[in-house]
Amino acid sequence: MIELKDVTKVYKSEEGDVKAVDGVTMEVGEGEICVFLGPSGCGKTTLLRMINRMIEPTRGTIRVNGQDIQQMDPYQLRRSIGYVIQQTGLFPNMTVEQNVTVVPRLLGWDRVKIKDRYNELMDMMGLNPDEYRDRYPWELSGGQQQRIGVARALAADPPVMLMDEPFAALDPVIRDHLQSELLRIQRTVRKTILFVSHQIDEAIRLGDTIAIFQSGKLMQHGTPDELLSRPANDFVSRFVGSDRHLKRLSLFRVRDLLDGTEKKSAKNVGQIDPQYAVHLDTNLREALSILLSSPTASLHVLDEDQQVVGRINWKDFEKLGAIQSSSDPESLAQ
Amino acid sequence: MKRKSEHLIRTGLILVMVAFLAWAYVAGSFQYMLEHPDELLHLIIQHLQLVGLSTLLAVAIALPLGVLVTRPRFRRLEWIVVNFANVGQTVPSLAVLALAMSYLGLGYQTAVFALWFHSLLPILRNTVAGIESVSPDIIDAGKGMGMKPMQVLWKLELPNASYAIIAGIRTATVINVGSAALAFLIGGGGLGDFIFTGISLYDTGIMLAGAVPVTALALLIDWLLGLLEKWIVPKGVQREAELI
Repeated sequence: MIELKDVTKVYKSEEGDVKAVDGVTMEVGEGEICVFLGPSGCGKTTLLRMINRMIEPTRGTIRVNGQDIQQMDPYQLRRSIGYVIQQTGLFPNMTVEQNVTVVPRLLGWDRVKIKDRYNELMDMMGLNPDEYRDRYPWELSGGQQQRIGVARALAADPPVMLMDEPFAALDPVIRDHLQSELLRIQRTVRKTILFVSHQIDEAIRLGDTIAIFQSGKLMQHGTPDELLSRPANDFVSRFVGSDRHLKRLSLFRVRDLLDGTEKKSAKNVGQIDPQYAVHLDTNLREALSILLSSPTASLHVLDEDQQVVGRINWKDFEKLGAIQSSSDPESLAQ
Repeated sequence: MKRKSEHLIRTGLILVMVAFLAWAYVAGSFQYMLEHPDELLHLIIQHLQLVGLSTLLAVAIALPLGVLVTRPRFRRLEWIVVNFANVGQTVPSLAVLALAMSYLGLGYQTAVFALWFHSLLPILRNTVAGIESVSPDIIDAGKGMGMKPMQVLWKLELPNASYAIIAGIRTATVINVGSAALAFLIGGGGLGDFIFTGISLYDTGIMLAGAVPVTALALLIDWLLGLLEKWIVPKGVQREAELI
């Protein structure tokens, strides 16, 4: 869906040329969330802004849906790409409805279609359309504003979305909530999303793939599991953190440790201590945490019907070395 | 606490106004006005024409200039233009009038020119300040969504700067009402007629018969422009200013 070939951005300064983005070549598939990850100044935002030509590349080609973006009219291009920034950038002189429907109005949709689309988007965001319609951005909280920002980006139903650290300015509780919302919405809309972040945990949670950058160069591009289990170099290894194996645990679930030979016990949840029980779908990081507290160093495993289907202990975690992630990361969203 | 001091100031100002009017009454101004109704009306109309024309021309030049000078391409001109206008403002109205007279002669046009020149700066400065106060994030979001530069100007920059721009126009106009009293000195007419006649004849009554209407006009026009402000400035931007 999005192809980058040797994309480079050079800035001229007094000390010489600065390569903000250095020869990046990669592809992002349709319907995929790719997180651009890296420390400040690594070029991730510059690269993002080259996709909608807010910044023009010095060298290299960028193709969106097979088309070279340099051959396209920049305004048409931008109207076909959703854009969410960290500071939200809602327009204070417009109501919430006017803000959300900016791009459809730029594209000349008819009034009925615009009104219906507004209602649809607000429902998708979990906000009451009538309650917010005539309100102004400064009346809303940060979380609400950013939700409106995302709705605004989705308004014209663009196939591609660019999100530049959209949740970084929000407090952790709201951020967590909005991350869940994004994953939930993505299940329905299936957009190709490029998401810039500097937080590894956010990248692991949201990304189908992660592209990690340093000083303008692409260091590694792969699934969260690949980055955590096989970091390409020292930089990646340090960036994902020395606790990367613990982080990797959150990508798997209890059912990944069981091999199906356990017998279904006659017991149900009422007959065991629920404190030391986990479900088949509990993620392994959580399971490990609970296991640490168990006096018997083992846990019961329950299925959806609250029946005991087995037990796990420390030895079972040894299987982890051999396991490839079988479940898709987004269904692990809590 | 703020309400109390606000109240005190307001009461104080009203007292000053009442004292002013009482003084005019005692000096015989109102009698003079009643004895010369046609002349008074004529002068008021002349005065309004002076103010109206010069302000309209000032807005017509200063507003677009302010917009132009904040465009990325012309940013370098900003310094020159603003400093030129600054200098224009420091020269006292009387001197501007005298200079204009020596080059353009006496009369209505000269007066309008001088008043126009004097109003340029407040409008220009406020336009530039207003546009520059619009958060760059908003412009970035608008651009990123596919707005063309003209659309960014009309849909984002001007509406959000409108509070400051109209404030500039309001200030310039009200100052103009006062400055226009000097137009009489170069044959431009206006309520200065009564004022300077009164001064030459040592007659306070006649002088105030000119000064009181000028004050009344200034207050009236300020009030009317306040209404215009409420009408033009988008609701979302108005409240924002109030909160500050």
